Amino acid sequence: MDFMVFQYPMITVQACLDGILLGVLFALIAYGMALQWGVMNIINIAQGDLVILGGYIAYFMYLYGIHPAWGVIVSPIIMYFVGIGIYKLVINKVVDRDLFISILATFGISILFMQLMNFAFGADVVLANSGYGTTFLFDSNVVLPNSKIFSAFVSIVFAICLVIYMKKSKLGRAIRATAQNARAAKILGVNTEKVYAATFGINAALCGVAGALISITFTIHPYMGLPYTIRSFMIVIVAGLGNLPGVALSGMGLGVFEEFADYILGTEFRIGSVFLLLVLILVYRRFKLSKKREYLK
Amino acid sequence: MNKNLILYAAILIFGLAAPFLFSAFKVQLSILCVLIILAMTWNIQGGEMGYNSFGNILFYGLGMYLCASVQVGMFFPLAEWTESGGEKTFVHTPAQFFQGFGVGLVVAAIVPAIVAGLIGYSILGLRGHYFAICTLGLGVAAGEISGGIEIIGAGQGFTTPPFPNFGGLEARGEFFYFCSFISLVLTFIVVKSIYSTRFKLVLNAIRDNEDKAEAMGIQTMKYKIIGWMISAFFCGLAGGIMGGLVGYIDSTDVAFDGREMGVFMVLMAILGGKGTLWGPIIGASVFHIFKEGFWTFFLGWQYVALGVLIVVIVIYFPEGIMGWLREKYPERFGEVVDEADRKAQVELK
Repeated sequence: MDFMVFQYPMITVQACLDGILLGVLFALIAYGMALQWGVMNIINIAQGDLVILGGYIAYFMYLYGIHPAWGVIVSPIIMYFVGIGIYKLVINKVVDRDLFISILATFGISILFMQLMNFAFGADVVLANSGYGTTFLFDSNVVLPNSKIFSAFVSIVFAICLVIYMKKSKLGRAIRATAQNARAAKILGVNTEKVYAATFGINAALCGVAGALISITFTIHPYMGLPYTIRSFMIVIVAGLGNLPGVALSGMGLGVFEEFADYILGTEFRIGSVFLLLVLILVYRRFKLSKKREYLK
Repeated sequence: MNKNLILYAAILIFGLAAPFLFSAFKVQLSILCVLIILAMTWNIQGGEMGYNSFGNILFYGLGMYLCASVQVGMFFPLAEWTESGGEKTFVHTPAQFFQGFGVGLVVAAIVPAIVAGLIGYSILGLRGHYFAICTLGLGVAAGEISGGIEIIGAGQGFTTPPFPNFGGLEARGEFFYFCSFISLVLTFIVVKSIYSTRFKLVLNAIRDNEDKAEAMGIQTMKYKIIGWMISAFFCGLAGGIMGGLVGYIDSTDVAFDGREMGVFMVLMAILGGKGTLWGPIIGASVFHIFKEGFWTFFLGWQYVALGVLIVVIVIYFPEGIMGWLREKYPERFGEVVDEADRKAQVELK
């Protein structure tokens, strides 16, 4: 235990800034999760593995001498088609079924992806060096890598683009209609099958962007996917489906929480505290709802 | 009834003779027994109660750590033991080993059941996929947190006491086989007797419609907690045996191994058929044979195969082997089928 955080205010500032920049990334992943959950009613355990796969695409560009920041453009394009492929092979068979089936099926995909990535890219922890340098604030008491600022900025840009796209475009309208009532949308001539495929593809593309950003700001490893899934799940249940400001805020909150857990409890308890927080949030909400004799739906 | 008795006697005799008949596969047979226990107990709340838990691995890992800690801690200082790691400065005498293991197994079974009872009220209030994700989180959190605790070995793992120095590997294999086989018989008796009482009907009522069950005056929460506690009891027992069998406990790779054991138990129960007595047993046996084949011949690709297997089973075979048999031969399951109706259904398909 280490309470330096409270003795040196600069560490607090550092943790908050780190957490917020990290949280923006989480919010981007969580937005994809909320999208597919709301539209297709599936929970995708493989979300985190899609993120890591996107990260490896950027890492490979870096290995071949292309600046990894271009991964932000390339990775979502590749990941979109990966997403469509997963949808055609697996997801379209679980869309109308029990949610547990979708959880288990995507868990299978997650294990598959983990191992395939382990074969393809090796079990080393890697990062793509962007060479952006660092920014020093407050008499160089607070150190912020520029790549983190870059990644937060890119995530915000992508999120805004997506929101506008969902509001204005024809496909976006179809997606929103399907989310509201799939049957009615079908009757009114929306090809829901295509909408589902596009939704999953967009989700995978978002994961690709987030993964590329993670590969330049943090590290990636084939087995690191599950914590990202859990984080995005947590953000979605805190914020609710289709509540974008809520997603952004709770994403940042989670990021700050993690940074503080890291400082206070130690790095080895970081992931554990994330999972424990999920349990606590679910239990809290369950007790709150049970006063009204309701339960989480 | 008579026919059943003969069947049980045959299985029992086969089980008792198995380590001598297939002496090369003793460890595999012990693992199979443990897997069957896990699948059967998962089925109590996953199949019968409809609460699909990914978190029974929590009790399994807890039992594993508890059994080993008690076995060491009864005679030697635990902290020094884990610190010395592989180097054995302390040696159990045979009497100490068996005494410690026995007490350890009792603790390993009872404490997880109590833990399940304590957290049950909070966790079992969640339903459906929230319960599934919450228990998944519990399992992973337990693994991550136990990996940071010094006294049980933290990241470097915990070596369980080695088997006393007599009889060699043969005696060790037989000892652990009979431990797991006796636990399996015990589990089977308990589960079977549960399934013939009102308790099982209550669990099924909860699965089919919890709100209605509550409206009928059933205290659903009480039954859910008891169901989970029974599950936890045997999971902990299985974990304790497995810890001794493997001989080495690591927080995320052996004890709280959600990626392997935690999924295996769900998969085995689904493969065999959820909500049946024999389903998990058949499922676990088939799965174990399949898994060992893959682990032997396609080493390195086993997780790929596992992932594909999960997806295929869940999508194309969600009813499991027992469900398939039931559809094919409904008469054997005591269902009265109208012949004309059945033909019509076949034609419809």
